[in-house]
Amino acid sequence: MAVLQRNISSLLLASPVILVLSAFIIVPIILITAVSFWGATEFSIYPAFLFDNYEFLFTSEVTYRVFFRTLYFAFLVWLITLVIGFTVAYYLAFFVHSLTWQIICFLLCTIPFWTSNIIRMISWIPFLGRNGLANQSLIEMGIVNEPVEWLLYSEFSVCLAFVHLYTLFMVVPIFNTMMRIDKSLIEAARDAGASSTQILVNVIIPLCKPGIMIGSIFVVALVMGDFITVRFMSGSQIANMGRLISNDISLLQYPSACATAVVLLATVVIMISIMLRFVDIRKEL
Amino acid sequence: MKANSKSKISRRSLLKSGVAATTAAAAGTLGAPMIWAQSNIVLRQSGTGVSAFNEIAAKAKEDLGITMEMTALDSDSVAQKVATQPKSFDIADIEYWMCKKVWPIGNMQAMDTSKIKNYDKIVGIFKDGKLTPTSTIAQGTAPHTVSFVDGANGKSFSSEETGWMTMIPTIYNADTLGIRPDLINRPINTWAELLNPEFKGKASILDISSIGIMDMAMVCEAMGEIQYGDKGNMTKEEIDKTIGIFTEAKKAGQFRAFWKTFDESVNLMASGEVVIQSMWSPAITAVRSKGIPCVYQPLKEGYRSWGGGLGIAAHLSGKELDAAYEYINWYLSGWVGGFLMRQGYYSAAVETSKEYMSADEWGYWFEGKAAKGDIVNPQGVKMESAGAVRDGGSFYDRMGSVACWNAVMEENQYMVRKWNEFIAS
Repeated sequence: MAVLQRNISSLLLASPVILVLSAFIIVPIILITAVSFWGATEFSIYPAFLFDNYEFLFTSEVTYRVFFRTLYFAFLVWLITLVIGFTVAYYLAFFVHSLTWQIICFLLCTIPFWTSNIIRMISWIPFLGRNGLANQSLIEMGIVNEPVEWLLYSEFSVCLAFVHLYTLFMVVPIFNTMMRIDKSLIEAARDAGASSTQILVNVIIPLCKPGIMIGSIFVVALVMGDFITVRFMSGSQIANMGRLISNDISLLQYPSACATAVVLLATVVIMISIMLRFVDIRKEL
Repeated sequence: MKANSKSKISRRSLLKSGVAATTAAAAGTLGAPMIWAQSNIVLRQSGTGVSAFNEIAAKAKEDLGITMEMTALDSDSVAQKVATQPKSFDIADIEYWMCKKVWPIGNMQAMDTSKIKNYDKIVGIFKDGKLTPTSTIAQGTAPHTVSFVDGANGKSFSSEETGWMTMIPTIYNADTLGIRPDLINRPINTWAELLNPEFKGKASILDISSIGIMDMAMVCEAMGEIQYGDKGNMTKEEIDKTIGIFTEAKKAGQFRAFWKTFDESVNLMASGEVVIQSMWSPAITAVRSKGIPCVYQPLKEGYRSWGGGLGIAAHLSGKELDAAYEYINWYLSGWVGGFLMRQGYYSAAVETSKEYMSADEWGYWFEGKAAKGDIVNPQGVKMESAGAVRDGGSFYDRMGSVACWNAVMEENQYMVRKWNEFIAS
């Protein structure tokens, strides 16, 4: 009886979260999935149970190309942000010794977040352009004779913007886990004769795994779902899944947008569950 | 007696009659008989950014007392709004190709031309399709083909003037390619130049499927690659071939970027990222106002043209419907026409605008004559100095060489899919 009562009270305690989650996550996902089977004319959508949207999606060669492009960006951006993010966090946690300076440096990292991410992204455009600051400096320094074209409206500029926007999402959780590493572990490793590299590989990285994983989830989910960065930084030349969805929505093709969204969602969920297989975040936290 | 009558006129009534006399006088000079100030009428106008100016709303408030709430959206979004949210607008400021798409849905009502005072001054393009009696009618969705319906509740378009219009035409123009003459340094005279490898990585096209496909068609035809039956109504094979040619060019790196909004096209051109691209007239004006040379290049194959008008929402009735007619009559009465002609458009009742423009402005914008003094844009910023001539010349030169109108085709959904593939490829 007491057990039952405890179960009921814990259920009641959890109910606000359950309500909020179901209203804002579960119900919309169910709706999106339902609409993905609907039919559409040029200006209206009608309830039905059709596989047309999925058929078009899976039989178009463009979908696969765009899909792999999305994964490719996610992987590339993940790798770069991980390397930069880990390095920054490592420096902050182990090379800056006073807590005050750690906090100051950490706040410095967040300065770019004082403006909206659209502004941060768009300000790259005049900088990287054909007659932009970057090209002018390169030419003046005599490094190149002609303006470098691939700086803007290319894969490079898209990746650059992503890395700029999302590296902090890597820094914060990794820094957090690093700060919790007991310094005596490192001392012990050193006393046992481990080199710096060995300490890094055998002590610090394994202990940082939860932070790395949380950062990776942020970055992968953000890059997979993005459409506006790709549109602006590629000058509409490159497409990812997000852009397919936004194109469909602007043309009122909601069912086909929903179908694409369901496929994207499934992919992201699968990727994240694989990532969680490597680390039990709840246990480590 | 004298003293008696004097005492009856209170200060308040004197003020009142004074105001009434002034407003009546103002209304008289503008030819607007009714004043809506007391009734607080608000009309919501949804349109593309090209004519949603706060100056127009302010002037309407001043002249008519009607409060206009202008919403500017991109072409697809406006068409969507008119099609799917019938109560969200009172006046639709849309283009004729959109009218063809959304009219059959029934969210707009036909307008009685007998209530339109300047109806007989509207140019022939919107009535029988002919600019002058000898003109030929261009391909695509020519405005007159979707201008009339057969009666107040008519659903199908009529090819004749029936007295019931789907939309009252307001502005229109002939579009072509914009170029940076200082970066190209040689004459450009054909649409085919857009895909000339010489401009590899320096060309752009707009990412609005219904308009972009027409620019593509002009290019493919000029290259001699495709002979279209009707560019405004392509077959699936024609669509495949057109998109195919452009996809190949895209893969070869011909395009620097695609643009979707007016501002993007201005920035691409002004920064020198792009030297040749599809462009709209006010964007050229905007680039030139920055002191950067930019030409709206007339091309031998002719122009791709568009026309816009004002339509009334089906739900309007009574006082608001009267106010909408009043607004549309005012729109055609000249001031708005003069305002919009200063950014390179033409007014539907073009002669009414003449009174609202200086002789020099009229000469420059309409007659294609060399400017005698400074030419300013609608906001009064200097754009051209004395001696400048409008690209393409006079009204009759420009509107007389229209090769096709913006259109919506029977294979529209197929085209949109192919367009999406082009963007994604």
